Amino acid sequence: VSLVAPELAAKVIERALARGGDFGELYVEDRHGLAITLDDGRIERPQTGTERGAAVRVVLGDATYFGHVDGLAEADLLRVADSVAQAVRGGPRGAPALREPVAPGLHPVLRRPEEVESAVKAGLLRACDDTARAASGEVVQVTASYGENRRRVEIYNSDGRAAADDRTRVRLGVQVVARRDGRVETGHETRGGHAGFEILEERPEDVAASAARKALALLDAVDAPTGRMPVVVGNGFGGVLLHEAVGHGLEADAVQKRASVYAGKLGERIAEPFVTAYDDGAREGEWGSDGVDDEGTPTQRTTVIEDGRLASYLYDLLRAKKDDVVSTGNGRRESFRHLPVPRMTNTYFGTGDATPEDLIAGVEKGLYAVSFGGGQVEPATGDFVFGVSEGYLIENGKVTSPVRGATLIGNGLEALAAVDGLASDLSIATGYCGKAGQRVAAGVGQPHVRIRALTVGGTA
Amino acid sequence: MSDLERVAERALAAAADAGAHEAEAWCEESTSRQIRAYDGSVESLSDAGGRGIGLRVFHDGRGGYAYGTDLSDEGVAGLARTAVETARVADEDEHAGLPDELGTVEVDGLASPELGAWTTERKIELALEVERAARSQEGVTQVEDTVYSDSESRVALANSRGFSAAYEATAAWAYCSAFAGEGADLMTGLGVGLARDPAGLEAGAIGREAADRALALVGARQPESRRCPVVFDAFVAASFLGFIGGMLSADAVQRGRSLFADKEGEEIASRELRLADDATDPGGLASAPFDGEGSPARRTPLIEDGRLTTFLFDARTARKAGRATTGSATRGSYRSPPGVGTTNLVLDAGADSLDELVRRAGDGLLVTDVAGLHSGVNPVSGTFSVGATGRLIEGGELGSPVREITIASDLVSMLRSVRAVGSEGRWVPFGGSVNAAPLLLGEMSVSGA
Repeated sequence: VSLVAPELAAKVIERALARGGDFGELYVEDRHGLAITLDDGRIERPQTGTERGAAVRVVLGDATYFGHVDGLAEADLLRVADSVAQAVRGGPRGAPALREPVAPGLHPVLRRPEEVESAVKAGLLRACDDTARAASGEVVQVTASYGENRRRVEIYNSDGRAAADDRTRVRLGVQVVARRDGRVETGHETRGGHAGFEILEERPEDVAASAARKALALLDAVDAPTGRMPVVVGNGFGGVLLHEAVGHGLEADAVQKRASVYAGKLGERIAEPFVTAYDDGAREGEWGSDGVDDEGTPTQRTTVIEDGRLASYLYDLLRAKKDDVVSTGNGRRESFRHLPVPRMTNTYFGTGDATPEDLIAGVEKGLYAVSFGGGQVEPATGDFVFGVSEGYLIENGKVTSPVRGATLIGNGLEALAAVDGLASDLSIATGYCGKAGQRVAAGVGQPHVRIRALTVGGTA
Repeated sequence: MSDLERVAERALAAAADAGAHEAEAWCEESTSRQIRAYDGSVESLSDAGGRGIGLRVFHDGRGGYAYGTDLSDEGVAGLARTAVETARVADEDEHAGLPDELGTVEVDGLASPELGAWTTERKIELALEVERAARSQEGVTQVEDTVYSDSESRVALANSRGFSAAYEATAAWAYCSAFAGEGADLMTGLGVGLARDPAGLEAGAIGREAADRALALVGARQPESRRCPVVFDAFVAASFLGFIGGMLSADAVQRGRSLFADKEGEEIASRELRLADDATDPGGLASAPFDGEGSPARRTPLIEDGRLTTFLFDARTARKAGRATTGSATRGSYRSPPGVGTTNLVLDAGADSLDELVRRAGDGLLVTDVAGLHSGVNPVSGTFSVGATGRLIEGGELGSPVREITIASDLVSMLRSVRAVGSEGRWVPFGGSVNAAPLLLGEMSVSGA
């Protein structure tokens, strides 16, 4: 049963286009979530939320008119359509013919999280707590969090589109603090997907063990080196560097506003010929995947860098029309309270032939950056800063001491051009990406990657 | 009693029916507008209305939270059952529960009637004027994003100890992001303004600020590494102060996540630096008559005479510490339960202008932007290494622009090294809501090439 009947959707779009518009759209959403946290050995702050709402969008020329409302009653929908129409200056258009919405490419959910007892979820967190504390007496603090949410969405538009999606995401995160004398270090690990509770049924405590291992390793860390040096970046969450320093510059809104260093570079060589990168919103069960994007376009795998050349930008409907191309299925929004904008889904480097050991063996003195605590990038220039949360020195081709306080500073284009090795061990980690005040689930990933030279800002 | 207060009272009754021992309902209703201008026209115009409720219940010492958008009798009853159900999964917490100190204070000027008098057309004109002011500065190569936004919100809070109160607030803000230079030399600048209504925003000044900040950085290069005195402008000072404010939350302290944990009453800063949390300053957009759980709003000095005077407490952390609440239960919206944090951080401005601070620095660095603050600071040791952009200071004058540098120190050394606070105090939306001024600091390690 659809959230809003196609007949009502057609009526709402007609009302929204009462004073003109090239394009009218109704987006409706029903969302439900649960979050449970364990801190200091205690389950705290369990919370649930249930929201229903709708957004109406009208595009006329280069201008977008938008409104949203909490609630899906007919009166709510018509009120928001009227308020959007009021701002438009043009001639009216008729109602579109709309069918029942279709949901292509649903991702499998084997075990619906809502049907799993809360006590099981609490048990999962306690198991993580036990595992992390059992790792060492130096583990002094464990925070474990479980989150699930389900978003049912329907998108109708004046071009006759009637699409739906039913998205379930589950995620477990563990943070561990270890202390030795005056020294305190933190380790973090997550597991999640666009999938059901099944992804947490197999050895969930491994997530805690990994977080504990990272925190404990850092207790032996030496101060990070400073200067320019080769850097080998770890697989999985290491891909956040690609996401931040390159990916945002490929989003078509930034490109069209010339707010990206990648503007005008389509087809140009920007990396070594063995470098290929993708944005793939259709990858089954992956954290950043959906069936359709938030404009109803089916998600797809887009090759953004092909054999070292810039191959495609990432588009939503609006920016695709401007460039006379088709949407790549990247029109995403946090919720019905937001306008869709071009966003990455799961972004990752394709694999190479090397092993991580091969990449490291080629470095005389450098840094092995396994994971990042976070980072920031100036999208217009691609300048970035990343805090290395788990890193090691590389000396004479071998990984030696762990380091703390390392920061990578550089520029996306330069770093991309300096990629001189790719391993074959692709993995994708779960992240949240913020842009235009909206936070969406984004998968970041890569195999191990070596960068010829990057500036490392240390604490030394 | 307003409609919203009635919804809150209904939710309390439903929670009692569902078996909750104690309950608290936060209801919110808001309308907001956002105008994005680009290249002399409206790029988007958004109009939004929202209503929702968040219900916190306590049952046998266990707390649970549920929120929703359905305010009908049926919706609220379902929410109450869910909240009680959710609480069952929590472990007992002897300190959890509603606050003992409940009440409201008068805070004038939270809602401006002027906002309602502005038509959409006038607001559009304001957004376009911000953009024009930035675009018309010579050397500006692009104005990427210009946004005007405002909101009117009504909040009601009621709890099963008999507290019931409501307030209205308005806000208007605008920002603009301008570029100077081209290609690999492109630099960006941000201009911002905050007020209770659009009349309080100076469109020209916001656009010019964005342009000036970008233009000041054109031609920036990575400098040689050095140790030198550092000046933070108000934006950067706000980012750091906001971060420090977060670590003064008693929750961070009690969970061992604050480097200030054992420093209450101790000297942690230079005597030049005076910092307070103030929920009663109408200029601060985080002001309100009561906090997120119904304790009266107030001004709480945090750093005086160089000493850390207190942490920030809500009811729960206060009970745990045997202290009184400081009215520091904060909430983002009905979609989250109250946490512990700052409202508006207010730094007392000093006597010297930014130019004078630069002159006193001699040879040093003016920092106008920092990146990676939240990943670059170790919250327990306070050591930090963050990316920075700014201008070198040579012989007391501003010199070449610099980028791709990191500055490193630790937070307490930094606070103790404050030599002077600048006179240009202003509200800045970084690090929360902060009234910040420039800071002249002692030597820091600056690493570049």
